Amino acid sequence: MINYLIAMATFGAIYAILALALNVMWGMAGMVNLGIVGFYACGAYISALLTVNAHAPIALGLAAAMAGTAVTAAFVTLGITRLRDDYLAIVTLGFAEVVRIVAENEIWLTRGTDGISGIPQPLKAMLGSDFNVAYLIFCLVVLLSLLLLLERVRRSPFGRALRAIREDAQVAAFAGKDVLKFKVKAFAIGGALAGLAGALYAHYSSYIVPEIFVPLLTINIFLALTAGGVGNNFGAALGAFLVVFFLESTRFLVGVIPWITAEQLAALREFFVGLGLLVILVFRPRGLLPEPRPQLVD
Amino acid sequence: MLEKVVQLALNGLMAGAVLAVPAIGLTMIYAVVRFVNFSVAAHMAVGAYAGYVLNAWLGLPASAAVAGAFVTAGIIGIATDHLGLRPLRGKSALTIAIASIALNLMIESVLRFFFGGSPRDYASPLRRDWVFSFLHVGPQEVENVIIALVAMTLLLLFMVLTITGKAMRAVADNPLLADSKGIDPDRMARLAIGVGMGFAGIGGMLVGLDTSVDPLVGFRAILSVFAAAVVGGLGSIPGAVVGGLAIGLAEELSLLAFPATYKAAVGFLGILLILTLRPRGLLGVRA
Repeated sequence: MINYLIAMATFGAIYAILALALNVMWGMAGMVNLGIVGFYACGAYISALLTVNAHAPIALGLAAAMAGTAVTAAFVTLGITRLRDDYLAIVTLGFAEVVRIVAENEIWLTRGTDGISGIPQPLKAMLGSDFNVAYLIFCLVVLLSLLLLLERVRRSPFGRALRAIREDAQVAAFAGKDVLKFKVKAFAIGGALAGLAGALYAHYSSYIVPEIFVPLLTINIFLALTAGGVGNNFGAALGAFLVVFFLESTRFLVGVIPWITAEQLAALREFFVGLGLLVILVFRPRGLLPEPRPQLVD
Repeated sequence: MLEKVVQLALNGLMAGAVLAVPAIGLTMIYAVVRFVNFSVAAHMAVGAYAGYVLNAWLGLPASAAVAGAFVTAGIIGIATDHLGLRPLRGKSALTIAIASIALNLMIESVLRFFFGGSPRDYASPLRRDWVFSFLHVGPQEVENVIIALVAMTLLLLFMVLTITGKAMRAVADNPLLADSKGIDPDRMARLAIGVGMGFAGIGGMLVGLDTSVDPLVGFRAILSVFAAAVVGGLGSIPGAVVGGLAIGLAEELSLLAFPATYKAAVGFLGILLILTLRPRGLLGVRA
């Protein structure tokens, strides 16, 4: 049981980093990204391939995952930045699907639907059965540092400029802000974080396969961020842990309700993820921890 | 080689005619309510299952079951929009689009709850392909194209000949002006969603007839459907037809150079290309 709780908390931390990534893109800069799972997959595959095929150290894998996904995200932004919001939604959704299709088909590189197994887990030999606890602590430390860092970003002039662009890009441009540069940077930062989350997942589970990276994961992250509070870093983290708690705790209902099959339970769970997102959008669009109001400068 | 190209082009045009049907649904809803409704995917699945129940359980021929797919998906479309999305009217188009994704997931999971996730087949007999010299044509595909053409013709007649159709075009063209002429925008929105989701339902059933039915039958096609609507010009019904044919053609011709599994990426490239070169789409009026 305690092992299960540790695994749950680790997933919570990884989800929280993803929610933070989405918060930079969507919460701070106002650019929706329905393809966040694509960036997550990018990071997972980059780190896995480097450490498995090239025997690179894990730290290098994590760094390369962040850098590689950030560059990808920057390129994606350059292609889509002039698009209207609803087109952005469609294109980013398509991007994630294309990433998955490439991962399924370029078997020489990604081993296709067999997936990549034997991804090294850091210090596994030394830690042995303590690995799971140590990895959880590592993920929580990463999450906490990111939280503090992003809070600084949010309060910085850069964060203010992003909010200005979010509220009205034309006015921001008129005030002398290079809108495109800010958007590319926001997407690159968010991409780096999503890539890091992917790499953390890969080195935790030690096995990745394209079918993990489905659009449902994106919806879960959207639920996490809207529930926690779009624009609020602490809200993003809180929402992520709540969503993981909901997803995992409902797994146990399969024995409790006798007439329901595992598949029906999975369907019910997805139903409530959708319902939760919809209800929050209608009744509490600012989430549990609303975005802090900007302080006026004296 | 040339024979192969002609064969693929023919397949592409037939697939495109089918693809145009849900694309019309998407574009029509967009024209009136001005947001991208992702739950088109789930309504395709609703139509596919409605058709499946009528065809495989109750023994109706596929051509008759299509009417049931249209009505069921249309009614569920109006109902779910009323409950789920209507409270959000007036918020940003993006918020409503995200809400429609949530709605999509809910509808798909209800289908999965009752029908399970494994694919089901229609009661359509396996028929041998018709062969015209070097061209192979599947009877089921021809039937699907005919159903698609009939549906599109009926819609055309409705939009051109009836007062209601004219009112709907007026709202799509200029909502403020239409409102001042006494056209009830809520009624028009309901009508567009009913007919649009009905078309999504027909499209889902046609896709299901070609392959099989499962809760994600619409979601797997959604990128192609979006591509058809965007390439043609979001909000333009003739555009959705042209876009559907273009994407269908491009997807099949891509087989000349790429493995079939990359077909799904063609729609994505189509969207990127058209948004870069001509953001309002082939027949769209505004960007």
